[in-house]
Amino acid sequence: MNIWLVMALGGLITFGIRFSLIYLFGKFHIPETMRKALHYVPPAVLSAIIFPEVFLREGALSFSLENHRLLAGLIAIVAAWISRNTFTTILAGMIALFLLQFFGV
Amino acid sequence: MTSLKNKYFWAGIRAEFPLLIGVFPFGMIYGALAIEAGLSAVEAQMMSPIVFAGSAQFITTQLINNVAPGFVIVLTIAVVNLRHMLYSASLAPYLASLPTRWKALLSYLLTDEAYAPSIIHYETNELQPESHWFMLGAGLALWAIWMFSTATGILLGTAIPDSWSLDFALPLTFIAMVVPALKTRPAIAAALTAGGAALVAYALPYKLGLLIAALAGIIVGTLLENKTVGARLSGDS
Repeated sequence: MNIWLVMALGGLITFGIRFSLIYLFGKFHIPETMRKALHYVPPAVLSAIIFPEVFLREGALSFSLENHRLLAGLIAIVAAWISRNTFTTILAGMIALFLLQFFGV
Repeated sequence: MTSLKNKYFWAGIRAEFPLLIGVFPFGMIYGALAIEAGLSAVEAQMMSPIVFAGSAQFITTQLINNVAPGFVIVLTIAVVNLRHMLYSASLAPYLASLPTRWKALLSYLLTDEAYAPSIIHYETNELQPESHWFMLGAGLALWAIWMFSTATGILLGTAIPDSWSLDFALPLTFIAMVVPALKTRPAIAAALTAGGAALVAYALPYKLGLLIAALAGIIVGTLLENKTVGARLSGDS
């Protein structure tokens, strides 16, 4: 197996996937429903990344207090809701996590 | 005009900054794992600019470790990065008027971490002249840190202790981006559906859980929006 060939093909395919619809947009008619659907990509994708990071510990659902990331994540959600500020949200979540880990609740 | 480009470029870098904190340890772990899997330092380093996709690079080192055939690795990279097609679709309307070389450059830089701040920027501020420089700033900042953290991991191994939990900066930044964007019921429903589905589908390999969960959220959001609009129309008549 030639590792350089594998990397080159992997890189080309990755680029092709990312470029695909950016390139094709405008070359075809896009139905109204599809345009609407695009607006739900950000909340859907970001939540699909966030939830497992917060609710799962070692691949299993964990709602206990020992799941520090769950509590810190919830605090960050509240901070984001109130402050609407990126820095405040991250700071609140990180400090909460550090404190929880330090005091080992 | 130049100052406008500057403004957006630096705004993109600033928006990317918290994500860089979370990405750095991942880059180091990738670099260290690639060396452990038997890649040379040059091969390990060069995979970062050539493939430029964190999760795919992780899985590639794992497959190399297991002596998987080349075509299996290439196919796996394709499946792992399939979710980027959603990002491509989502950004496409905002990049439509750019020359092809810009579309190509921004596509090359289109990772999870470049997508998130860029799409939030576009959806919040609408399309403005020169605002693609925002995405360039965010994407290049991530690119530079990914190269640097890869090199650090190759040279030093994973020197940052797990207990620092720097990786938690990634979901936190995504929380900071998504929560203010949840302004309508369909958007909230899309987020909760996708999040819940991601938990259920977590065990699926190759990031397919993320892709399926995102699609579920998008479908629920769109259906609800159509229903709400439909109800309003029939209520008015």
